[in-house]
Amino acid sequence: MTEFTPLLSFLGGTLIGLATVALMAVHGRIAGINGIVSGFLTTQFRQDWAWRAAFLGGMIVSPLVMLGLTGQLPEISVPSSPVLLLVGGFLTGIGTTYGSGCTSGHGVCGMSRLSARSIVATLTFMATAVVTVFLTRHVFGG
Amino acid sequence: MRFLTAFAFGIVFGCGILISGMGNPAKVLNFFDIAGTWDPSLAFVMGGALLVTAIGYRLVFRMNQPVLAQAFTLPTKTDLDLKLVGGSAVFGIGWGLSGFCPGGLIPVIGLGREPLITAFAIAAGIVTARWMMAQTYRDTPAKA
Repeated sequence: MTEFTPLLSFLGGTLIGLATVALMAVHGRIAGINGIVSGFLTTQFRQDWAWRAAFLGGMIVSPLVMLGLTGQLPEISVPSSPVLLLVGGFLTGIGTTYGSGCTSGHGVCGMSRLSARSIVATLTFMATAVVTVFLTRHVFGG
Repeated sequence: MRFLTAFAFGIVFGCGILISGMGNPAKVLNFFDIAGTWDPSLAFVMGGALLVTAIGYRLVFRMNQPVLAQAFTLPTKTDLDLKLVGGSAVFGIGWGLSGFCPGGLIPVIGLGREPLITAFAIAAGIVTARWMMAQTYRDTPAKA
């Protein structure tokens, strides 16, 4: 069980939205994390690489900012085994690259622009994630 | 200047992920587990993010250009093809197995061994997919 946290989750969502809007207003860029990582790993243009590195660097140090604000590091719990993490991570990298986006790129940036591609993509990955968890927890895992 | 603003926006995005619970795989997997220990919190993350972005983007696109760039860089594809649907379906399976999406993973990458393992696998998947796509479209004369 995890605790139902509608207020904190909504607050976190608005911060994600603010950063997304700010990145577009100042840099003219979509805040799709998979796209930012992908470009970071493969771009050959130094100027294009710099903002990606800076944005990802800010994300990585954000737990320290939370430590400063709340006095403790965020806690996470990972139910999946290392093998599932490797397989799941690899499929995530393949799928988001072929599908041109992830939860932030399609789910937030694209859906808020009412992009048909992003709405289809988001409905698709949400559906297969629900089916996957149903199968691993209630059919093969139970 | 560009470096500093992007860094600051990354911090805000990361704190949003951490406060919302998107960086915690136990919470993410419970969101998907409708038939079991369902935790609907993450619907509120999406709600908050979409509300702010939908309004904010409308205001931003009234500007002639971004503050520190020449133009807005936006996706131009509109076709609902197999790559989009198949890729998204595969992503959902991966997300359901690990509990980490790329945006949820990066802010917690320094918090343990599991996020690091997943990050390595996602990076390998991205590089592999880009290599496969380059092979497929190598002989196409359009843009690389």
